[in-house]
Amino acid sequence: MSAESPESASAEEQKEMEDKVISPEKVEEAKLKARYPHLGQKPGGSDFLRKRLQKGQKYFDSGDYNMAKAKMKNKQLPTAAPDKTEVTGDHIPTPQDLPQRKPSLVASKLAG
Amino acid sequence: MAGVAGGGGGGGGNDFQWCFSQVKGAIDEDVAEADIISTVEFNYSGDLLATGDKGGRVVIFQREQENKSRPHSRGEYNVYSTFQSHEPEFDYLKSLEIEEKINKIRWLPQQNAAHFLLSTNDKTIKLWKISERDKRAEGYNLKDEDGRLRDPFRITSLRVPILKPMDLMVEASPRRIFANAHTYHINSISVNSDHETYLSADDLRINLWHLEITDRSFNIVDIKPANMEELTEVITAAEFHPHHCNVFVYSSSKGTIRLCDMRSSALCDRHSKFFEEPEDPSSRSFFSEIISSISDVKFSHSGRYMMTRDYLSVKVWDLNMENRPVETYQVHEYLRSKLCSLYENDCIFDKFECCWNGSDSAIMTGSYNNFFRMFDRNTRRDITLEASRESSKPRAILKPRKVCTGGKRKKDEISVDSLDFNKKILHTAWHPTENIIAVAATNNLYIFQDKIN
Repeated sequence: MSAESPESASAEEQKEMEDKVISPEKVEEAKLKARYPHLGQKPGGSDFLRKRLQKGQKYFDSGDYNMAKAKMKNKQLPTAAPDKTEVTGDHIPTPQDLPQRKPSLVASKLAG
Repeated sequence: MAGVAGGGGGGGGNDFQWCFSQVKGAIDEDVAEADIISTVEFNYSGDLLATGDKGGRVVIFQREQENKSRPHSRGEYNVYSTFQSHEPEFDYLKSLEIEEKINKIRWLPQQNAAHFLLSTNDKTIKLWKISERDKRAEGYNLKDEDGRLRDPFRITSLRVPILKPMDLMVEASPRRIFANAHTYHINSISVNSDHETYLSADDLRINLWHLEITDRSFNIVDIKPANMEELTEVITAAEFHPHHCNVFVYSSSKGTIRLCDMRSSALCDRHSKFFEEPEDPSSRSFFSEIISSISDVKFSHSGRYMMTRDYLSVKVWDLNMENRPVETYQVHEYLRSKLCSLYENDCIFDKFECCWNGSDSAIMTGSYNNFFRMFDRNTRRDITLEASRESSKPRAILKPRKVCTGGKRKKDEISVDSLDFNKKILHTAWHPTENIIAVAATNNLYIFQDKIN
């Protein structure tokens, strides 16, 4: 290590001290990285935002949607890995994948 | 015990206390998804209070005239009208469901006897006319009272129909439907001070509409990159300036706000002002950008300031100063040490709204555990209150709540780990001139008023 001037030596010491006091946020970050080691470096990047842009339940097609609405039972559909983040079109949804459709439209309870 | 005041006449607010007034909605333990309130908005006079829910329904409450025989209660809000604004749809091109959830309601200033409001879901904005009918014509010549046609040969005399009073009927009818202008999900609508135009904003674009014209809208902001791989931020909220009809702002998921002037160019991709608080690079973490995302932006009534809400704080900005906010209020700083679990349960993405009181002296925003927070900008006092059925006796004074962040928990304090993160107050509204507030707690709407009469 080359000789340092007194000022920079104390500045380095100070930074070391500051690093020792870790912010609660960084503690939480460490926790998250420990649980999910593959989490991307840039959380605000494309993947994250693109998932946000495509909100809403995806159906295989309109028939799929209408059947879900009518709560009909689908038999003999081949099962597939239920990875909900994947775009459907790769597999035919099973009844377990379909969301519960609401009953016919009723008045709001706020107005009751 | 002093509360946080604001509103029309009152100044100091030292003896000010909030009291329970009313609660609307069912007491069910099992809350149906459709009943979850998704927006709350007073109209310009404060006489009407509108709510929208996830089931696409709008309920409008009207304030009753003050009753001399009950001097202690200011007018109560009772149901005035309710209607189904939006219904679930299916986007055939993308095989995506379009939710009927009402994202925003904005009232138009009243110009005649009828009331108008804009309500929007993810894709379609609708202009609704709410009008009263309290008279009915009787004594028609060609049809009888049931509406059945009379035999014309039997009619021997002519009479003039008379208008007779009838029970008040409030009708809601859709007058305009503004559709097919948004590829992405609409997060904001804002009526312009010119009372002729309004803007609608989705994740990547902002459109300008004329209230009379539904088949055309102008695109005024477009932040969609040519290559979607380069997408780094989205639009989270937008609002028109309350007085300058050429000025609007929009906030982003990166914690920045851009102010745009429509006089300077037709396409406002280049901002006139750029508001961003400098960040300390050494404190940056995985969560930094997520918690800096602005979930709401609101101009003050004066038009001089604007307020932004991010995950942990509310900031007040002076429009004349771009490099930092003039005031920052911590809403629930104790959550900073819980960010890991809040990320895992998705709560970190909750979008809280914020609002000003009528005189801009106080601001309010929601939190978890059905807590909501108010900050007095003059006294710098803040208070945490709770919307719960337990403190819902008429005119019961609300007791301030406190979250214990560690160490010894005092009696009446609640520890951070005991907070119920499913009870979130995302939507609140403050009466334009008086100290009356509406707080949406999942499927219930609470109305609180000040104690002073």
